[in-house]
Amino acid sequence: MKEKLVVIGNGMAGMRTVEELLKIAPEKYEITVFGAEPYGNYNRILLSPVLCGDKTIDEIMLNDLQWYADNNITLHKGVKVTAIDRKTCKVTGEDGTCAEYDRLLLATGSDSFIIPVPGHELPGVVGFRDIKNVDSMLTTARTRKRAVVIGGGLLGLEAANGLIKQGMDVTVVHLMDWLMERQMDEVSGEMLKNSLEAQGMKFLMKASTQEILGDGKVEKVKFADGSEIETDMVVMAVGIRPNIELAKQIGLHCERGIVVNDTLQTFDPKIYAIGECVQHRGQCYGLVAPLFEMAKVCANHLAKYGIGIYQGSVTSTKLKVTGIDLFSAGDFMGDETTDDIIVRDATRGIYKKVVVKDDKILGAVLYGDTIDGAWYFQLMREGTSIADIRDQLMFGQAHLGNSGHGGNVVAEMSDDTEICGCNGVCKGDVVNAITTHGLFTLDEVRAHTKASSSCGSCTGLVEQILESTLGSDYESPVAKPMCACTEHNHDYVRQAIKDQKLTRITDVFEKLNWKTEDGCAACRTSLNYYLISSWPKEAYDDPQSRFINERAHANIQKDGTYSVIPRMWGGMTTPKELRAIADVAEKFELDTVHVTGGQRIGLYGVKKHELPLIWKDLNAQGLVSGHAYGKALRTVKTCVGKAWCRFGTQDSTGLGIRLEQMSWGSWMPHKFKMAASGCPRNCAEATIKDFGVVCVDSGYELHIGGNGGIKVRATDLLKRVDTEEEVLEYSAAFIQLYREQARYLERTAPWIERVGFSYVQSSLEDDAQRKELAVRFYESQEVTQSQHDPWAQRATGGVDAHEFVPLKVVAG
Amino acid sequence: MSNWVEVGSLEEIPPLGARVVKNGDTDIAVFRNTKNEVFAVNDACPHRQGQLSQGIVHDKSVTCPLHNWKIDLTTGEAMGPDEGCTGHYKTRVEDGKVFLELK
Ligand code: SRM
Ligand SMILES: Cc1cc2nc3c(=O)[nH]c(=O)nc-3n(C[C@H](O)[C@H](O)[C@H](O)COP(=O)(O)OP(=O)(O)OC[C@H]3O[C@@H](n4cnc5c(N)ncnc54)[C@H](O)[C@@H]3O)c2cc1C
Ligand code: SF4
Ligand code: FES
Repeated sequence: MKEKLVVIGNGMAGMRTVEELLKIAPEKYEITVFGAEPYGNYNRILLSPVLCGDKTIDEIMLNDLQWYADNNITLHKGVKVTAIDRKTCKVTGEDGTCAEYDRLLLATGSDSFIIPVPGHELPGVVGFRDIKNVDSMLTTARTRKRAVVIGGGLLGLEAANGLIKQGMDVTVVHLMDWLMERQMDEVSGEMLKNSLEAQGMKFLMKASTQEILGDGKVEKVKFADGSEIETDMVVMAVGIRPNIELAKQIGLHCERGIVVNDTLQTFDPKIYAIGECVQHRGQCYGLVAPLFEMAKVCANHLAKYGIGIYQGSVTSTKLKVTGIDLFSAGDFMGDETTDDIIVRDATRGIYKKVVVKDDKILGAVLYGDTIDGAWYFQLMREGTSIADIRDQLMFGQAHLGNSGHGGNVVAEMSDDTEICGCNGVCKGDVVNAITTHGLFTLDEVRAHTKASSSCGSCTGLVEQILESTLGSDYESPVAKPMCACTEHNHDYVRQAIKDQKLTRITDVFEKLNWKTEDGCAACRTSLNYYLISSWPKEAYDDPQSRFINERAHANIQKDGTYSVIPRMWGGMTTPKELRAIADVAEKFELDTVHVTGGQRIGLYGVKKHELPLIWKDLNAQGLVSGHAYGKALRTVKTCVGKAWCRFGTQDSTGLGIRLEQMSWGSWMPHKFKMAASGCPRNCAEATIKDFGVVCVDSGYELHIGGNGGIKVRATDLLKRVDTEEEVLEYSAAFIQLYREQARYLERTAPWIERVGFSYVQSSLEDDAQRKELAVRFYESQEVTQSQHDPWAQRATGGVDAHEFVPLKVVAG
Repeated sequence: MSNWVEVGSLEEIPPLGARVVKNGDTDIAVFRNTKNEVFAVNDACPHRQGQLSQGIVHDKSVTCPLHNWKIDLTTGEAMGPDEGCTGHYKTRVEDGKVFLELK
């Protein structure tokens, strides 16, 4: 005869234990489950997206009623257990339903804590815990406008975000100085607040709720300082209380939660407990990752295998609000004995802080860029010494002391790096599942590994693993918004610019519902590029949406002076040009004359108002802008090649000059560098350029996607061709493909890694497509002002004169 | 003592752009936004003295060209997590002429 297992609580921890048990001992028990809620088992975490309207209740069901039937589990749904008799081993529900047990599992979870201020029982005060709460919020949101959420922690912010999405005017009331103070430090808490404010959330900080007022329903909230705020609903999200009433009632030892040992057994050996209702080694948990770890151990003991103990968990936090990336783990505040390593970039909205002591990571807070959260978390949990990588730590795992080729974050991760914190799934598990089961989609990976099936915040990482495992077979479904000014991503915006023929930034703002009036420094510069590259003839090139270097056609220096770097075609110069450079250097008393890394000469310390004067002198001797300041073609580096070198096979210098003449002045997503070497000794370093040519006896090898900058990437070999004409055509086509498809500020190396080398190669191999691309490039070179020297336009042509002179000089 | 000085016409400042007014040794950056509001702050970022006049202007703020701090043009204060302030001046536009109150 089977033994009887009764489970009280039909939630995430209880049912995960049953699932684990069915895996290892499917025939052992006759299982009966009581659940106070009238449903099967659902993913409570995803109530937040349900409240936002992004998911339906059906979509968040983990195990529907059929699952219970299929596994011969008796489910008493909608029945709350009110009595347990430990002598006769019997539980009784509210409605009189009884069940006997050999083993009992308590998985009663917790309840929202409702602050017992006067008025807390008024209709309109809700917690945020279950489907019923969400239903009631959604109903209120349909007819009412205003909501107050008490509590600026994880739950409160997710509730507030959802209610805003439902069209409500939401104020979050928080007792502390900054939001999520248990997971964030002050700086990141402040950034979070700013981002949420930009999405329309309002805040009352340091406010202590004193009373909820209303006649028969909520009307006002009153605070300790006497101020009041009118509202139609109050969501209490100040914390949770383990649900231990039943356990206490039958005399089980409880403190904050039901006390269990390392096998999840309570003080009554027949009774186990699991989930948020328990207290283990003094800790109560409120996240699913530890509960799922408990479930494994508990199932093992229920199955009477008796191996495995639960030793507690280290947890990390993420917030499920679209457009907000945050991560926090461990001791992220630090003290006098610890070091903080901090990186911040206000414009990109990025803040990263890692707290270190004795070369070990104690904790981390990441805001805006959380890609390395998993890595820091792993270093932290494993107590890895960071002595050797301290300098590179903040650049992230992808930049770890290598000059390796390509690769992305997940490619660098070891197989035992945890990807999904909720379900404890490591990278190796995911890769394994993809290759052995032939998986192609996120949903398949979820189904096979459970990775990203709970809170979903590791979705991006799982997608990256899919991408790096499957290569170009995988297409990533979602991309991040361009910036906080819009919900749209780069590719969407560019497509809209093409489809709707938008030619001005203000049209983009209007047609695509920009959230800010003027955009910001990040989106305006991107948009300006997308406009002028999509509609070279028609688009308005807005100087105010270009970074100063491109607006002034010179590179701003740290002291506010500028640099001037004239073009030296293919790295060639003449005595006349050198004399002109020497003359301006003397005439304008320029401090520094430097031979650049790009085979030309830079003049430094130029005052802005003297720029046009210097350009005029240089122009007079035939020197033009080198665009060293632009997201544009930079240099074409060459070696002397066949003309002089005893190994030279072709005229690499002449070829370099032709390449530069063809493409100078064109605006690009990022800077673009070329080179031509006369033989495979490759003195021009063509294999770390965006487009490189290595001459060989029989013709020309074409290389693409190299980069010698922050992360070195050697090129991929595109093709071998026979003539210079072909080199020029391939180069033009490649440049145009890059101009049309890469995202702004994406160089060819990361672009090629994102879209896949084979994609680029096949686009260029196709004769018709290559020719069309090349023609579009030549056309854009003709029609834009690009082939006219921007320096000449300003030195003598009167363009942008106001840029170079003060508005007024007032006597001191 | 207030000391209002005319510094030029509104038209000479491009919308979402800036011009510099030289006041003795001090450079003052004068900004104009899309609503034709005019702001003036010292042309030195509180971070490392970047010339704010060379930055990108949006709404009532400017992004510094050197390291991307954002400065509130109404107060001269750094926004977001950054801290610091550059002096600001009262401005007024009358009949298309821009006036600053110099100290
Ligand atoms: C002037 C020069 C250094 C020198 O005196 O030699 C230089 C100077 C700057 N480089 Fe560079 N780079 C110079 C050659 C290089 C090279 C070498 C090369 O081109 O062969 C590289 C590595 C090759 C490459 O790009 O693949 C290089 C990789 C970078 C990077 C990293 C790019 C990357 O994709 O990782 C940056 C940062 C960026 O662009 O975001 C950068 C950024 C800069 C900036 C623009 C930083 C800035 O924003 O102010 C510097 C401008 C100084 C100025 O006002 O002129 N510079 N920079 C070189 C100009 C060459 C020229 O004639 O135009
Ligand atoms: C909106 C929201 C968002 C969240 N987001 C995250 C997140 O992003 N990441 C994360 O890790 N965690 C998150 N959590 C927390 C996570 O959902 C909980 O940790 C987890 O659900 C707890 O599981 P449990 O089984 O212990 O409790 P529960 O899932 O609450 O299950 C307990 C069940 O027992 C029932 N019950 C109680 N008493 C009785 C009784 N006497 N008789 C019968 N049934 C009873 C209850 O009705 C309930 O259905 C979130 C929670 C909420 C509410
Ligand atoms: S390496 Fe380039 S970016 Fe760095 S200091 Fe030198 S010139 Fe500037
Ligand atoms: S000087 Fe302005 S941000 Fe650094």
